[in-house]
Amino acid sequence: MAIKQKLVFRFPPSVVEQPFIYRLVRDFDLMVNILRADINPDKEGRLMLELSGSEPDYRRAIEWLKQQGVRILNLKQQITWNEDRCTHCGACSVICPSGALELSRPAMTVTFDESKCIVCELCLKACPARAMKTLLEQAR
Amino acid sequence: MGIERTYEEINHKIRSGKAVILTAEEVLDLIAGEGAAGAAKKVDVVTTGTFGPMCSSGVFLNFGHPKPRIKMSEVYLNGVPAYAGIAAVDVYLGATALPPGDPRNRNHPGEFRYGGGHVIEELVAGEEIRLEAHSYGTDCYPLKKIETAFRLSEINEAVLYNPRNAYQNYNVAVNLGQKTIYTYMGILKPNLGNANYSSAGQLSPLLNDPLLKTIGMGTRIFLGGGVGYVTWHGTQHNPSVERGENGVPKTPAGTLAVAGDLKQMQRRWLRGLSMLGYGVTLQVGLGIPIPILNEEIMSYCAVRDEEIFAPVVDYSRVYPYREAGNLGLVSYAELRSGAVTIKNRQVPTASLSSYAGAREIARTLKEWISAGKFTLTRPAAPLPSVEAGIQLQALPQRNPDEGGF
Ligand code: SF4
Ligand code: SF4
Repeated sequence: MAIKQKLVFRFPPSVVEQPFIYRLVRDFDLMVNILRADINPDKEGRLMLELSGSEPDYRRAIEWLKQQGVRILNLKQQITWNEDRCTHCGACSVICPSGALELSRPAMTVTFDESKCIVCELCLKACPARAMKTLLEQAR
Repeated sequence: MGIERTYEEINHKIRSGKAVILTAEEVLDLIAGEGAAGAAKKVDVVTTGTFGPMCSSGVFLNFGHPKPRIKMSEVYLNGVPAYAGIAAVDVYLGATALPPGDPRNRNHPGEFRYGGGHVIEELVAGEEIRLEAHSYGTDCYPLKKIETAFRLSEINEAVLYNPRNAYQNYNVAVNLGQKTIYTYMGILKPNLGNANYSSAGQLSPLLNDPLLKTIGMGTRIFLGGGVGYVTWHGTQHNPSVERGENGVPKTPAGTLAVAGDLKQMQRRWLRGLSMLGYGVTLQVGLGIPIPILNEEIMSYCAVRDEEIFAPVVDYSRVYPYREAGNLGLVSYAELRSGAVTIKNRQVPTASLSSYAGAREIARTLKEWISAGKFTLTRPAAPLPSVEAGIQLQALPQRNPDEGGF
């Protein structure tokens, strides 16, 4: 059974330097599609990627990553849309590069499809009503 | 002879639950089927709406006196300065005011997380607001400083007073430059990356009464989720611009000054906004009922997005430096479709004003009138229209030390 998953890896500062991607490809035979990588203000590395391969390989890889101290999260829940704050102006629809935020016609209301979101975070400051938040911000 | 109705007849029908009310969007189908004359016979009132960022907004507040009394000369609400150059415990809090410590655009584009618009939203929502006021002290007003907190229900008056709202038509903003710019029309990507507009088009109040034949001083309106009134023409009111055959202006034209009691308004329709790299503002929900006095008034309400045109303006150079010219006109039907053609290119569009919100406001106003809760007002005086011959001025720039005499 083949599997395809969008994930976020969070690396503590101590392991940021390790060649994780190389190991995923070589030792676990996975295909890796990197969506975005950065280091947040707490010096924590963050990698958003899509992994695909066979299910047993995928499970082994996740196990191994966890042992290395990598925190694994589902990419889907990284950005949240606060529908109560959204005024449905549509300003975000030309900023969002993935089509996750879109204006539906003729309703003229905005919808958020988190499965399309690539966590680029452009909407966070582009939304005048500040209806878009990161999980990180919400936790604070 | 076509139909003629008076305000009194319409209000009588409203009170007896017999008035026929449609939104400016709903009435379009009826007009398409029966023409303006037929529709005018059936419909008494057409409701309109708009829900966009309106910087020229703010609230007058009267706090009541503490003990001992104070003549407030410097006032902060949740850290945001309010204008205190009026009577002792009266202030005006403007939508765009920023806390003194806000970094502004020092790290461009600035985020402008909190300001006057947000304080107004929190006031309306009934949240507690911190008040800090300073004074120099007088014999009658001895207190020199107060730090306290209050809620909207605990102060005497809070009047939303907006000197310029409900712009009749507006520019479509684009960026012909090489780098992203951050404007009051939103984020504009370089090389015609996007085109931003801000009007409810066919639902917009002043586009359904383009020559101001029914909207005037004293017109009762939907304002911020409550009831308000038109108090004057808005600042920069400019009715003498070029118009189409339908009377609809082809550039920004008329504006309204409006006021209403903040205590009966709702957070949903007064929203503090943070415009990246620009500042803070307030998104205001506003709706106006149009009495169908005759067939001519109905013919104005027949206007569709296809027939309303707005100028495309370059905000990288032409707008800020007051250069002449625009990149042509586009219709709101094109704008709302998601892309417009500018310089032979398909440019994605986005709106800053909420069409869904405008629609909901027009529907809400319709419900209020249908329920007999809201009747129409005959203006106490008309607003200046085309015949007033108003010319917009630019600020004189001369040496103030060289006397003019
Ligand atoms: S920019 Fe913000 S408020 Fe406007 S539609 Fe997008 S999420 Fe909603
Ligand atoms: S984070 Fe990026 S992709 Fe996701 S919704 Fe926001 S703008 Fe779109």
